[in-house]
Amino acid sequence: MNIHEFQAKEILERYGVPVLKRGVARSPEEAAEVAKKLGGTVVVKAQIHAGGRGKAGGVKVVPNAEKAAEFAKGILGKPLVTHQTGPEGRVVRQVLLESGCEIARELYLGVVVDRATGKVGIIASPEGGVEIEEVAAKTPDKIFHETVDPTVGFTPYQGRRLAFRLGLPKELVNKAVGFFTAVTRAFHECDASMVEINPLVVTKGGELIALDAKVSLDENALFRHADLKEYRDVHEEDPRETEAAKYDLSYIALSGNIGCMVNGAGLAMATMDIVKYAGGEPANFLDVGGGADQKKVAQAFRLLLSDDNVKAIFINVFGGILRCDVFAEGVVAAAKEVGLSVPLVVRMEGTNVDRGKQILKESGLAIESAADMAEGAKLAVAAAKRGAGK
Amino acid sequence: MSILVDRNTRVIVQGLTGATGQFHAKACREYGTQVVGGVTPGKGGTDFEGFPIFDTVEQAVKETGADCSLIFVPPPFAADAIMEAADAGMPLAICITEGVPTLDMVKTMQFLKGRKTRLIGPNCPGLITPGQAKIGIMPGYIHKPGTVGVMSRSGTLTYEAVHQLTQLGIGQSTCVGIGGDPIIGTGFIDVLRLYQDDPGTEGIILIGEIGGSAEEEAAAFIKQHVTKPVTVFIAGQTAPKGKRMGHAGAIIAGGAGTAADKMKAFEAAGAKVVKSAADLGKTMAAALGR
Repeated sequence: MNIHEFQAKEILERYGVPVLKRGVARSPEEAAEVAKKLGGTVVVKAQIHAGGRGKAGGVKVVPNAEKAAEFAKGILGKPLVTHQTGPEGRVVRQVLLESGCEIARELYLGVVVDRATGKVGIIASPEGGVEIEEVAAKTPDKIFHETVDPTVGFTPYQGRRLAFRLGLPKELVNKAVGFFTAVTRAFHECDASMVEINPLVVTKGGELIALDAKVSLDENALFRHADLKEYRDVHEEDPRETEAAKYDLSYIALSGNIGCMVNGAGLAMATMDIVKYAGGEPANFLDVGGGADQKKVAQAFRLLLSDDNVKAIFINVFGGILRCDVFAEGVVAAAKEVGLSVPLVVRMEGTNVDRGKQILKESGLAIESAADMAEGAKLAVAAAKRGAGK
Repeated sequence: MSILVDRNTRVIVQGLTGATGQFHAKACREYGTQVVGGVTPGKGGTDFEGFPIFDTVEQAVKETGADCSLIFVPPPFAADAIMEAADAGMPLAICITEGVPTLDMVKTMQFLKGRKTRLIGPNCPGLITPGQAKIGIMPGYIHKPGTVGVMSRSGTLTYEAVHQLTQLGIGQSTCVGIGGDPIIGTGFIDVLRLYQDDPGTEGIILIGEIGGSAEEEAAAFIKQHVTKPVTVFIAGQTAPKGKRMGHAGAIIAGGAGTAADKMKAFEAAGAKVVKSAADLGKTMAAALGR
């Protein structure tokens, strides 16, 4: 789960990571108030779940409260388009205001789970303020790694080693060790999947500050963090994705016109691939999961039908735990309730497949049956072309 | 021949009395697997649908001589269940549970170091040696005894590949679902090594996904050590960047872990890479000269 910068800073501050004085505003008036309280020059930052806000005009340094309100007015309630949002952008619903600081150096600090080692890894670089992928590609020698031992945690010597490699002066080394340790503790105790501080700045006054912060939390661990669960911002998610999540369906909206409904994430991805291979464009990724019941299947099908872009539906199911007859009953129930307005192609295989096919046949619904997934994709692409032509 | 499991494997099910656990324990037994008992703390000493239940894995091992544990314990307790199996000296633990917190797995993997337990999963369909033992949630009837090893990060996509093989009259030696999570007990390379050394496996199907670098590493291993024909499919060729597609593994950030990179790596290693999952069976058949 992604969270906003201001939320990430709340978490980090709790663990003793130094951040600037700041406040959140949801209207120009609030922005003026916060700016006044902070006093002097402030930075106003649009809060959306995407990077590249600065380049896209979502961040501005302003001299006073009046200008803060003016800038906030200009961006609040409007979509901000960055290279990570897609062309439709994300609507800015709040801004973060922070006091300024005098920057001497910009560094990078990231904490992630490293799949290769199966452990938590720390990445640091003296090249802060730019995307780390870029640094990794151009100057990999400027990226330093430490691996956290799961039994003892992040150790001071690792912190010192990083600080010296980053070229910090010796009087800042202990501060840096404290900073890295606090960030790593926050990562572990919140069950984060990523913490990124970019830039981590060294001020002219010799302070280390998390100037920007990105935190992603492990969805699977939210059950033990009731407080962090509250950070979910449904506005940042596609409404259909939110609706799907309510029913424990995995749904991702895409830009094509063939609605896909599949069980299992791998098969769902392979189905998208084969649709594209057959010359079509999937409208979504939808995994109903292994243990879906009739109700869940019906809900998933309704979700597909609610998308106006969908001109044909391709169901590709390999019954395992999810039995084909249960699946078919769900589809039939939803189609009868909502009405089936687009062509439906079904490829079904696996547990109780004969009974499943029987149910679809007896339903009287106009269904095109496919013998395998390649044929199904072909039929769906043809059906979508017919549907789009109407 | 087979890898990891066969008709002599003695299985206990951790979480047997739960809804999912009992359904699959029975299905495995019906397939012919020796399911010798279950573990549910607090229900020890009882009999559940013909399965003797124990309070701890340690007891279950002592009483039944089990050498494999199949785990259906809910996500918050799954890591602990794996560690209990390892502490009891279980040679093989298969964790089906989906949604185990990643940092729980970090600790668990550390715990397993120096112990003799091989972990498969979590978030996997389990494994099957057709005609001998099914230890997992896959539909048994689509499988057929034979000589192709199938391994995958995805469940239903494995069934797809197996089904295609069986339709073509080609059986499988052992199918292994390694799991879709970022941290898993047994990776592609471990299984590749087992297939390469197994005289009963003549060909290998590897089904990967976008995200991470496990496939690239597997490709390098194939180039160096695998002499048997390998057919590969990578799911998520058309997935948008930065979106998580159900499996935690299936997320691509930046350029790393893209389907194109992975496909290229396997081609360079001499594997046959198919663009469409529908071509897995026939491509393997051709590689085996059938």
